[in-house]
Formats: sequence, C-alpha cells, structure tokens
Amino acid sequence: MKRILGLVAATAVLLLSGCAKKAPYDYAAFHESKPASILVPPPVNQSPDVKASHSVLSTATLPLAEAGYYVFPVAVVEETFQQNGLSNANDIRAVSLPKLHQIFGADAVLYLDIVQYGTSYRVIDSETRVTVNARLLDLRNGKALWSGSATASSNENSNNSGAGLLGMVINAAIAQIANTLSDKGFDVGAITNTRLLSAGHDGAILYGPRSPHYASQR
Amino acid sequence: MTIKNISGVLLAATLLAGCAAPKTLYNWDHYQTTLYQYYQQDGVSTEQQIATLNQTVETSRAKNKAVPPGLHAQLSLLYAKSGRPDQAFTEFNTEKRLFPESARFMDFLMAKDKGSFK
Repeated sequence: MKRILGLVAATAVLLLSGCAKKAPYDYAAFHESKPASILVPPPVNQSPDVKASHSVLSTATLPLAEAGYYVFPVAVVEETFQQNGLSNANDIRAVSLPKLHQIFGADAVLYLDIVQYGTSYRVIDSETRVTVNARLLDLRNGKALWSGSATASSNENSNNSGAGLLGMVINAAIAQIANTLSDKGFDVGAITNTRLLSAGHDGAILYGPRSPHYASQR
Repeated sequence: MTIKNISGVLLAATLLAGCAAPKTLYNWDHYQTTLYQYYQQDGVSTEQQIATLNQTVETSRAKNKAVPPGLHAQLSLLYAKSGRPDQAFTEFNTEKRLFPESARFMDFLMAKDKGSFK
C-alpha cells in the first residue's frame, strides 16, 4: 500500500513539474524564413455550417495585418481560384506551393481548418463555439513555419480589458462587428481568429516586418 | 511629496493613457464586415459595399491612419463586378503602391494574358 502511495505521489510530482516547465515554442524555421506576406486561401470546413468558411475567411485579415504582415485580399484570391476552375477548398489545397508562389508572389501560405462552428442547444443554455486550426508554410521552400489552434465560445466572459494587445485587438474586432451584424457565428469566429492569429505571446505567430515589434522576439 | 512619488504617478498616468487609446496599425472601420457581406447573396448591394469601403478610405485619411491591406483590391473586385474596369485598375494600382508585397499578384490580375493556373 505504501509503495502504491509513493508511486502515485511520484507520478503526481512528475505531472506537475511537466506542467510547470512547458518548453518554449520552437521558432527556428520561422526566424530563418522571415515571411513578409501571407496568402490565406479559403478554409477547409469540417463543420456542418455552410457559412463557416466565409465567416472565418473574412476575419482572418485583421489579426495578421496587425501582427505586421501583408495579407492578400481574401475575396480577390478566392475569385482568382474560382476563375481557374477551383471552387472547392480541398481542390485549392491541392495546388502546389511553387504554383501559389508563382501566381501570388506570397512568402507564406496559411491553411485554416474549421473544426467546429455553430450553435449547440442544451437544456439550460445554448452556446456558439468556433474552433480553428492553422498551419503556416513557407511558399519558397515548403517548410512548416508555425501552427496553432484556438477556440472561442459565446459563453465566455468577454471582459478583455487589460489583457494587453491581444485584448485590444479583440475589442477592436468586436466593436466593428457589433453595429452592423448580429451573426453570432461571425462574432465568435472573429474572436477565435484574433486569438489564433495575433502575435505577442509564446506559441503565437511572430510579429511581421510591418509591426513596430518586428524582430524584437527570440 | 518626493520626486520618487511624482514619477510613480506620472508613470501610472502614462500607462493609463496608453490603455485608453488602443493603437492599431490600420483603420479597419467596417472592412471585415463588408468582406463578409460580399459573400451573402441576399445581403448588401455591390454599390453599398463600394460606398462603405470608400468611406473607410475617407475616414482613414481624416484620422491619418493607414488603410488595411487588401481593401483597395477588394474595391477593385467590386468595381470589376459592376462593369467599371478603369476604376478597378486604379484601385489595383493603389493597392500595389501602398503594399509592394502585392505587386506580382496585382500585375497578374491586370495582365491581358493571365496564363494557366494549373
């Protein structure tokens, strides 16, 4: 019995110390690549909501641009794919990286996957939840530069004051939406994207050349 | 009051002032909502979207803030859709001038012979 208790205690210590010492995100490839411009093709949507793709696509520009990157005009990019017979996000993802680099002249491509988008109704309350995964690839050599995932929910306490730049950008994203639309998926999607694609914390995308914080990070 | 105290108050005031005015690189206004509306078939008309984006360009000038990347190219797309190629070209060129990173794509869009994508 004593031995079992000892084992449990040792395991607990190992688990706890594991949590405390989270290894910092490895930015080696990102630092080497120094991308200045990012292409965002239409996201691949795994959710049942057909609005998800355009909702998430139309709110990806703000956080990336505020992080200091040139973001290619998302609707013009999508239209360009369509005029070349590519109207499906999966078909677009199959286009080779050298071809994307040749047409757009972008340094990097950001692939977005919508894992979850929409409202689930429960007995006591309902919630709108949006989860997006992102992968950033260098278009010049195909290297993976960064990846991340974020979720936002309408049930969160949306008090972001004092949360630094991320909070300010989230507030900016919400403020512009509140007056014109009452589409909850769009609102929550905008927060998800801002969380996912803002620079300034460990694990986040790095600041780009148009940001005053560029190259201040290790 | 010692000098140390005064500098502390000044520091606090500076920090508070910094918080009061969130600084973004660009003037966004309704750019992202207009993008979303572009995709809604039954929603806001092309003319209204053009008006909203042009208004954002105006308010940016008034605030002396930069227009977000892609906005002029989006205007271009809307002008092209409503049969005004001259204005579309002007906007593509503006995007290219403000953001040289877009040059190759803008040139591709303005080229007569675009070549094959695949």
